[in-house]
Amino acid sequence: MNEHVVLRVVTKALIPFILLFGLYVQTHGDYGPGGGFQAGVIFASAFILYGLIFGIGATRRVFPSRLLLLLAALGLLMFAGVGVAALVMGGNYLEYAVFAEDSVFGNHIGIWLVELGVGLTVSSVMVTIFITFAGFGSVSGDTR
Amino acid sequence: MIFVVPDVLLLALLLATAFAIARLGNLVAVVMLLGLYSLLMALVWVVLDAVDVAFTEAAVGAGITTILMLSAVALTGAEEKPRRRRRLSWVSLAIVLATGAALVYATAEMPHLGDPEAPVHRHVAPRYISESPRETGIPNLVTSVLASYRGYDTLGEVAVIFTAGIAVLVLLGRGFRRREDEE
Repeated sequence: MNEHVVLRVVTKALIPFILLFGLYVQTHGDYGPGGGFQAGVIFASAFILYGLIFGIGATRRVFPSRLLLLLAALGLLMFAGVGVAALVMGGNYLEYAVFAEDSVFGNHIGIWLVELGVGLTVSSVMVTIFITFAGFGSVSGDTR
Repeated sequence: MIFVVPDVLLLALLLATAFAIARLGNLVAVVMLLGLYSLLMALVWVVLDAVDVAFTEAAVGAGITTILMLSAVALTGAEEKPRRRRRLSWVSLAIVLATGAALVYATAEMPHLGDPEAPVHRHVAPRYISESPRETGIPNLVTSVLASYRGYDTLGEVAVIFTAGIAVLVLLGRGFRRREDEE
């Protein structure tokens, strides 16, 4: 899609704002609508937009497949790990109150980490699915 | 009564979109209409004051899903198989009408929207609403329920998404790594 100057320029201008908005939704889920799930999707949409305009090969260089898989697993492990950490610190599984002297602050820490895990897994899985779908035909060479 | 006009308009648009999706044979057009359907649903959630759900519906339903469906259509082909025109089956029509009538009849027994006496509002919800600000200190109740009180559910959801990603890789992933290694 190299000939579409307008699309390329507009995409380049938009992507930083999409990423920033994703981070905003990730960190402000406590105070307004949103959270890890929505943030992950918004974050992924920036990379998908990049892939649509600049091609799958360029997206792979930005976001290598190994890193994608690692982040997807890391997010889920982080969520589950927060639960295990609560167990180790003497609480129930996923009982965030034990993370700090002040149970409200402990809840803040727990929820922040858990939401970050959700965001990591959702965004990397979405980009993975997109790259796999979009790259399938071009690699095998038999479709399209 | 003027405040019901947007609701009725939204529901009419939803119905029209659903009919168009069922009738169309071109899958690209169907995917576009599904995105439109999700956007309309997001508006319905806003009308119902469920902004978190509306946000998810708009980002996931209208955004990512549309792109993923389009890339799936690119792999499979954009036209549905031509359907043979069949005669109207009276048995099917009778079953559909009877089921529809039963569902409409059942709505008469349902509690009204926002009824404080409805079972769903008398179970654990009052405790979340009264205790969440003190226990978690988080202003957005939806987040505290999702991440804290219902943490197990959310953990399960994340596991489902992770599994979906792995499943796509297992089925279609033969090109996922190879291209990069060649470059």
